[in-house]
Amino acid sequence: MTNLTPSQNTTRFARFMDSDVLHSFLRSPSAMIAAFITLIFILAALFAPLLAPYNPFDPSQISLWDGKLPPSFAEGGDERFFLGTDNQGRDMLSTILYGGRLSIIVGLAAVFLGMFLGVTLGIVSGYLGGTFDAVIMRIADVQLTIPGILLAILINGIGRAFLPVDIRDEFAIYVVIIAIGLSDWPQFARITRGATLVEANKEYIASARVIGLPSWLIMMRHLLPNVLRPVLVLATLGLATAIISEATLSFLGQGIPPTTPSLGTLIRVGNEFLFSGLWWITLFPAIALVILVFSVNLFGDWLRDALNPKLR
Amino acid sequence: MTELLKITDLNVEFVARRGTIKAAQDINLTVAPGEVLGLVGESGAGKSTIGNAIVDLLEHPGRVAGGSILFQGEELRGKTEAEMRSIRGDRIGMIFQDPQTALNPLMTIGDQLIETIIKTRGYDQKRAYECAIELLEGVGIDNAEVRLKAYPHQFSGGMRQRVVIALALAGKPELVIADEPTTALDVSIQAQILDLIKQLCEERQLGVIIVTHDIGVIASIATRVAVMYRGKIVETGKVAQILGDPQHEYTKALISAVPRADKKYHRFEAVDYIEGGATRKPIDIATHWLGKSRHQSDDQTPAVSVKNLDLSFTLQNALLKKNRKMLRAVNDVNFDIKQGETFGIVGESGSGKSTIARLISGLYTPDNGEISIQGQSVLGNQRDANIKAARRKLQMIFQDPYSSLNSRLNVMNIVAEPIRFYKLTSSEAETRQIVGDLLDHVGLGASVANRFPHEFSGGQRQRISIARALATRPQILICDEPTSALDVSIQAQILNLLKDLQEDLGLTMLFISHDLPVIRQTCDRIAVMRSGQICELAETEELFNNPQHEYSQHLLGLMPKLDLLG
Repeated sequence: MTNLTPSQNTTRFARFMDSDVLHSFLRSPSAMIAAFITLIFILAALFAPLLAPYNPFDPSQISLWDGKLPPSFAEGGDERFFLGTDNQGRDMLSTILYGGRLSIIVGLAAVFLGMFLGVTLGIVSGYLGGTFDAVIMRIADVQLTIPGILLAILINGIGRAFLPVDIRDEFAIYVVIIAIGLSDWPQFARITRGATLVEANKEYIASARVIGLPSWLIMMRHLLPNVLRPVLVLATLGLATAIISEATLSFLGQGIPPTTPSLGTLIRVGNEFLFSGLWWITLFPAIALVILVFSVNLFGDWLRDALNPKLR
Repeated sequence: MTELLKITDLNVEFVARRGTIKAAQDINLTVAPGEVLGLVGESGAGKSTIGNAIVDLLEHPGRVAGGSILFQGEELRGKTEAEMRSIRGDRIGMIFQDPQTALNPLMTIGDQLIETIIKTRGYDQKRAYECAIELLEGVGIDNAEVRLKAYPHQFSGGMRQRVVIALALAGKPELVIADEPTTALDVSIQAQILDLIKQLCEERQLGVIIVTHDIGVIASIATRVAVMYRGKIVETGKVAQILGDPQHEYTKALISAVPRADKKYHRFEAVDYIEGGATRKPIDIATHWLGKSRHQSDDQTPAVSVKNLDLSFTLQNALLKKNRKMLRAVNDVNFDIKQGETFGIVGESGSGKSTIARLISGLYTPDNGEISIQGQSVLGNQRDANIKAARRKLQMIFQDPYSSLNSRLNVMNIVAEPIRFYKLTSSEAETRQIVGDLLDHVGLGASVANRFPHEFSGGQRQRISIARALATRPQILICDEPTSALDVSIQAQILNLLKDLQEDLGLTMLFISHDLPVIRQTCDRIAVMRSGQICELAETEELFNNPQHEYSQHLLGLMPKLDLLG
């Protein structure tokens, strides 16, 4: 029934411009707004040193005299500090910009780590099957019975314990990334294995085997590109979860140290002053976190629907 | 007025993002009571669209754009959804292609029938129960009272289709629309179901519209036929007249492409597979790349030799060996394929024919037995250089053209993959040149190399698969149902192409199919398989003229008769 003339556009860009995914994106206001906000956050994170009025890590720019100032628009505010200052006299707007940058970096790195591990193990399990598959999937099952955040706390704690005290703060960020990444991989492995099982039964895989291609090449060239769709969706949604996980770890005092605060650390620090009436220290980073996670999630939801041919 | 259904100037269109597709244009049809109207055409011709338009079941975004559908003198267009729903159940019955999905797997046959009967005829429970038994008996199911308690999975495909027919008849319809009712079934069951439909049609004076792509089905059941091509009816008339003396060019081409079981011809005339940019320059095998390293070993060694082949699949695993349920998919199979011949394996679904192809190509490993390619045993350590070299002489073409190409690679990369992997050429430029030659040789033209698989039709994809298979310079080609997913005219193209390739390149072929006429047109020798065993192995003409085994005789007897064709 579909006697559509095949498009003559063959460059990747032209194919993308012509694709149904872009078409659906341009017709979904919520996806566009979500993508726009996410993009602003990422740009803000990228250019934080240029955008932020102060450098919160430069002691020469901080004065304890400026501490605990309310936002400039509130009563008693100082016009130098639009969103007020924290207990150490750091400008809130600048700390949020720098903190958001740290949150996004940690989130992305953790998702990439989890995705790399999960996709690799998932494809190999799904394609080879047998004992390897059984062992990997049982490990994943066991890990899935433990809430991810608990596991991240555990891995994070162990990681920190192994580090010498003097470099602990310096390496805290890497420990957090590994902790979240390691708590994240089973979902990626599960979804990749499922997609691999479907794809491996298709005839292009059989034909690659008859040609005599080795397993690793079949997995890399033929399976990987064809199982990435669901993984892409999971990674987007996983980014939101990873940012939350980092914030939770930091809020619990297990993550990024207050000297180089992430959004989670800021919320924790602010939380201590909340009942003294210093609401702005915790409220503004919290709002930033909610908007960031919400728009990433919204974008991920749209992506899931757009890439699912059944829902189109 | 004698017409049960009268369609005038019906137009159906699908409004899509890239423009409106006219799926059916200016359709005029009539169906009389007791008449079977065949609606025949290839995929995309719009034949199912008409069936769906009659009962207002067009899939989104399809809509009827004009014309009228008179059913017993009553206009069906403009009816509300509720009115249509009662017409669909009570007065127009539907039979779908796949009996697997047409029944609810969680309800017994009886519950489904009784529910439908109560809804459509308004009977009480007890009367509906009796009526259900009557209906099941009417469609030829023995022991109907017991069978009512069975679930769909306890029935075979053919029995299930009978139940679907009983369901369609539950509301005492006057018109039945059967959309490819036998396409998912084996030949032996197809014959039974067609007989049943014909018999019911005569007994109850039903009007039947049978939508199919299969000229054989039309020849054996329809009284009148309408031939569809690209959304239009190109020819209507009595079956004998249309099939025996087609007037329209398309009908002529379609009928000439139908493989005949009753006689063998060299190739399908009037069918051409060369497209747009392709020139199909003759390739001089002696000097061309494709011919290199193609030394013909002495003719005495069989190209493929299979001895005492066994393979069982585990149906249900268990800790103890004796509790395991095994299926002997291939059971003590022996045959030799001579160099340069086309060896056919024919059998119904589940007979193990595809399993043999996969065993020979190394996708499965046999439990017992011996497989050798040109005298070299290919079982054992697959890393052994001799085994690898022997395996490279053999390539395979698969059934489903839609899943046999990696949709993320373009045609160049798909076809060039084996060449690059085995470093068969000295430079990338040479690789590109050869891929171009291969694509030209399968009739697609070198210019398609930069396109992606989704831009091609099924037949074109199958030709890309063939080009890829040829890229390792094989001497043996296994074709596993290469045309069963394709339309007849496309099937004829592929069969012609395979024949040409065999002649040009001196290929040995193993051809697997469930379709006897196709097998007859392509093969030199044929093995008939049933339940994992070879019943009969004979020269093609010998088998078709004088089958020895009981099962071969049975199979041959079931072929649709095409005597009507000139």
